[in-house]
Amino acid sequence: MPAAPQLEMTKQTRRHPAVVRVTHWLTFIAFVALVVTGFELVISHPRFYWGEVGNVNTRPLFVIPIPASRDTVPTGYSYVMPDQNGWSRYLHFEAAWVVLLTGLVYGIYGLSTGHFRKNLIPARNDWSWRAYRDRIAKYIYRKRADRAEEATYNVLQRTAYLVVILVLFPLVIWTGLAMSPSFTSAFPATAELLGGRQSARTIHFFVTWLLLLFLVVHVAMVAVSGFWSRVRSMITGQTRNSQTRSSQEGQ
Amino acid sequence: MNPISRRRLIYGGAAAAASLGGLAEAERLATRFGLIPPDGGGIYGPGETLTYTCQRLLTARTPAREFPRSMISKDPFANAVAPPTEEFKRLLAGGFRDWRLVVDGTVARPMSLSLADLKSLPIQSQITEVACEEGWSYIAEWIGTPLSGVLREAGVLPQSRYVVYYAIEKGLWESIDMADAMHPDTFLTMGMNDGDLPVGFGGPLRIRVPRQLGYKSLKYLTHVTVTDDIKKFGSGKGSVDPDYGYSWYAGI
Repeated sequence: MPAAPQLEMTKQTRRHPAVVRVTHWLTFIAFVALVVTGFELVISHPRFYWGEVGNVNTRPLFVIPIPASRDTVPTGYSYVMPDQNGWSRYLHFEAAWVVLLTGLVYGIYGLSTGHFRKNLIPARNDWSWRAYRDRIAKYIYRKRADRAEEATYNVLQRTAYLVVILVLFPLVIWTGLAMSPSFTSAFPATAELLGGRQSARTIHFFVTWLLLLFLVVHVAMVAVSGFWSRVRSMITGQTRNSQTRSSQEGQ
Repeated sequence: MNPISRRRLIYGGAAAAASLGGLAEAERLATRFGLIPPDGGGIYGPGETLTYTCQRLLTARTPAREFPRSMISKDPFANAVAPPTEEFKRLLAGGFRDWRLVVDGTVARPMSLSLADLKSLPIQSQITEVACEEGWSYIAEWIGTPLSGVLREAGVLPQSRYVVYYAIEKGLWESIDMADAMHPDTFLTMGMNDGDLPVGFGGPLRIRVPRQLGYKSLKYLTHVTVTDDIKKFGSGKGSVDPDYGYSWYAGI
């Protein structure tokens, strides 16, 4: 929404609705808890497998070359790391509930208000490789963002957010449920479609890395476009349309 | 204060009161239908309660995943050696002829069963997966008799809510709710892969709770107590697991 030049220094635009802001930060807090506790759980058995079963007597798909927090795993190190599985498991599943319930609220909100359609699905004329190429070129040559991007997301941002919302989070929840011996008793297909319990665990691990990659790029882009002003707008919902920043390079 | 914000305040207050009342009612119903786990308090309580409530509503009677014989693990992993107690060594030396399983608590007919007694009950087998909370797993054929049969024989009294069970090692105990205790896949296991249950895998007697993680499938089982009040046992959180920081319900 381009504002008249003389108004620019004072004009406040509502950028993020309250539901988006609250679900954003809840998801962030829960995600940090999930990553920290997930790391603790992985080090109790830093071996990964494909298929239904896997243990120290079977061939791993790959091994993370670190000492384990249990002495049941032959790692080649004589050192056994501190074991934090108890509280890590409790917190992992509680944080998973926060992500799931927050995601439900956000999903219902996004569908019912048209938030996904308006703000996340790329515009019709951006449905081309060319649109992506052009936007990537802009990032590479550090060109100023269009005025249109002051109030909305560009095609790369939209695509990244949609992949996280529609692919990575659903996949990480699915693979998590596929490791539940009780849930799979009711829905065995959740594990079978992935190739088995150990495949689910391995995919869960890699999807976590993709989500972490998104987080790193996301925070880097926020930092490039003015860290505190971007963070403030995600907390208060207000964004300043000013020329004091070469703002909106991305977030 | 303008009328709009006053109206919002009133509506907001009414909504808050309604949701608090709703929460209190939900808790009353959940307690009545046994949907709150023994370790449902504290900072992890909400997560545990959500998990357990959903699993009870969704999976109280669903059968454990079973696998074809071809998927039985050739080289399963036994993560424990024999319990180092003198009593176990004595029983092992006697070929476990003196091993007893005591069944008591809120039952009409308390019993003490030998392995031979258990083997005279209807023997069944299941090919199910042991999944350890560490992340590893294996599949084996487990041969035994459903716990539900023994409990029916003992005559479970109607007020019973949980089944507590003990290993031969002092201080090692677990419990499951009646849904899991009466589930047809919950076995008193005496055999594995067409042989006797090896000591490394919990022989001579192990409970199998295949719809929960491995730590609920307690090895070296000696004692089963049915109860209407789980708070009377240990620290009241349903097993030793919460004392070590682990959740009581391990179906995830």
